[in-house]
Amino acid sequence: MQADPNLYDYWPYIDRPKIVWPGGKKLAFWIAPNIEFYEFAPPVNPFRPGWPKPSPDVVGYSQRDWGNRVGHWRLMELMDKYAMRGSVSLSIGLIDHHPEIIEACNARRWEFFSHGVYNTRYSYGMTEAQERALIEDSIRSVQAATGQRIRGYLAPALTHTERTFDLLGEYDFWYTCDLFQDDQPQPIKTRSGQLMSMPYSLEVNDVITYGAMGMNPWRYADILKRHFDQLLSEGECSGTVMCIPLHAYLVSQSHRIRPFEEALKHISAHAKDVWITTAAEIADYYRQNYWDGALADVARRGLATGGTGFDHVVA
Amino acid sequence: MSLPEDYLTYPHRAYGMDQTLYDWRPSSRRVPVTWPNGAAVAAMIVVPIEHHALNPAGKPFRHPGAMVTPYPDLRHYTTRDYGNRVGVFRILHELAQVGVRATFAINANQLVRLSPLVAAIRADGHEIAAYGLSPEQIHWSGLEAGVEAAWIAEARAKFDAAGLSPRAWLSPARQQSYATLDLIAGAGFEICLDWEQDDIPTAMTTPSGIVTAIPLSNELDDRTLLIDRRQADDDWAGQILESRDYLAGESAAQGGGRVLGFTLTPYVIGQPFRISALRQVLGGLASDPGVWTATASAIADAAG
Repeated sequence: MQADPNLYDYWPYIDRPKIVWPGGKKLAFWIAPNIEFYEFAPPVNPFRPGWPKPSPDVVGYSQRDWGNRVGHWRLMELMDKYAMRGSVSLSIGLIDHHPEIIEACNARRWEFFSHGVYNTRYSYGMTEAQERALIEDSIRSVQAATGQRIRGYLAPALTHTERTFDLLGEYDFWYTCDLFQDDQPQPIKTRSGQLMSMPYSLEVNDVITYGAMGMNPWRYADILKRHFDQLLSEGECSGTVMCIPLHAYLVSQSHRIRPFEEALKHISAHAKDVWITTAAEIADYYRQNYWDGALADVARRGLATGGTGFDHVVA
Repeated sequence: MSLPEDYLTYPHRAYGMDQTLYDWRPSSRRVPVTWPNGAAVAAMIVVPIEHHALNPAGKPFRHPGAMVTPYPDLRHYTTRDYGNRVGVFRILHELAQVGVRATFAINANQLVRLSPLVAAIRADGHEIAAYGLSPEQIHWSGLEAGVEAAWIAEARAKFDAAGLSPRAWLSPARQQSYATLDLIAGAGFEICLDWEQDDIPTAMTTPSGIVTAIPLSNELDDRTLLIDRRQADDDWAGQILESRDYLAGESAAQGGGRVLGFTLTPYVIGQPFRISALRQVLGGLASDPGVWTATASAIADAAG
């Protein structure tokens, strides 16, 4: 076990090479609807129970199923209204359970990335072969269902191994949403490939704001606006990224979705300075325009420590 | 299991304190302190710069902000690291906007890794305080003999090597052993930010010399209020400004200056959506002629 994962170098937020998003935009904005499947009777993972209560956790399970039956559809219509596409953080198994949702997203030209097979199957304790199988299943299943080659990853329930990022690089993933160290992308130190950290704005994730922080819907809308305003103003110096990570079983609730719309309305009103896009489009643009400059800046400032993530243990 | 015979004997049961670090002194008997330009309130802003290990041992307890989920808890690791990479630069920017100097308490083990940050803090004229070695090295009475003295010597040596001579000390997790105060005095630290027994500085007596304790409010700690207690950002700001108003009023009525010490934790207050609340606080302090925003050393020197 390592104290410092060495996945990226320390890189202070000031004096970095300036990022300008396409069309001279200052902030790249994307929405990550988490479209998840949680099992009724998940198998035991010794590191973490499938549900916080003994299975079956009927309230937790049925609330999440409500998200799939009702919530996503509400959110899709709302996002249509503001011409915002989603980058779907997908429980890959949902393709088999609920193909109607996948078809609806695909018809909207939404992006998909992998969020594991089920959100009740954790990466903790996986062998390399198991983790490879999970990643290969993700690529294959989304390709078969939608024709898309996935380029992004958010580990199921934010559970990782020391190999996760090297494997993502090897399988030609462009971005990971698992690392929250910055409001701009950064190259990740993998043994192969070209993997970047994509800002996922975890602190304004509805699971954090409604679950952990217990906010009311109006406060959530307020902090989304404040978060956006701050990052937009900083984007003047160098382009920033803001994500709103969402879970329909939370945000689409009837007492929450209208206040949430106020945040989208606010963001939409600044469209002249905002690139409303998907994570894959941000990653693609960053790889082509800023990847090399980022590495060169870290090196120039004497901050490159070398090596790759967890390499001091993985021989 | 029965209690020992002497359980109901009270060897320190007498007037005053039950230890010799400082004397009992009700607030009515303070020797008044005065701040520059007759300010009522000295506002001391402390910015903790800490690096949380991905594999915490957590002895004798997990430092606030330590990892939460099974290894590797990259969620909390990177969220904390965000403070040192991004959030702290927002704090520096906002401090510069209103011309306020703060006290940055830095883990000695981070001086090299975070050297661009250290340089930015120095360039803006802020004070740097020692914040132990790391959150993994918590000072407590269960450490083996010699370990604590060696940690403090190592911290001092690392600050020396970075060309820094901090006068102030903040313990990781604000935890001490019975020996900490004496050991930091012996290592040349004149100021300690762990104790908060009064609203004015207190001279603490150790065999190795005097250490000035400057109060840092645990009850206004931003991480506690905003994360543990889930309070709203504007309510955090309101409480700091309420404290300022009350202390100013008390000073006017009773005489003598007061200290308002509080933390700005980079991974907490440096989040984009909290910067507007930070501006309320800094603007409210900087624009108030009754408030002297000062570093730990400036306050200790003024207190004499």
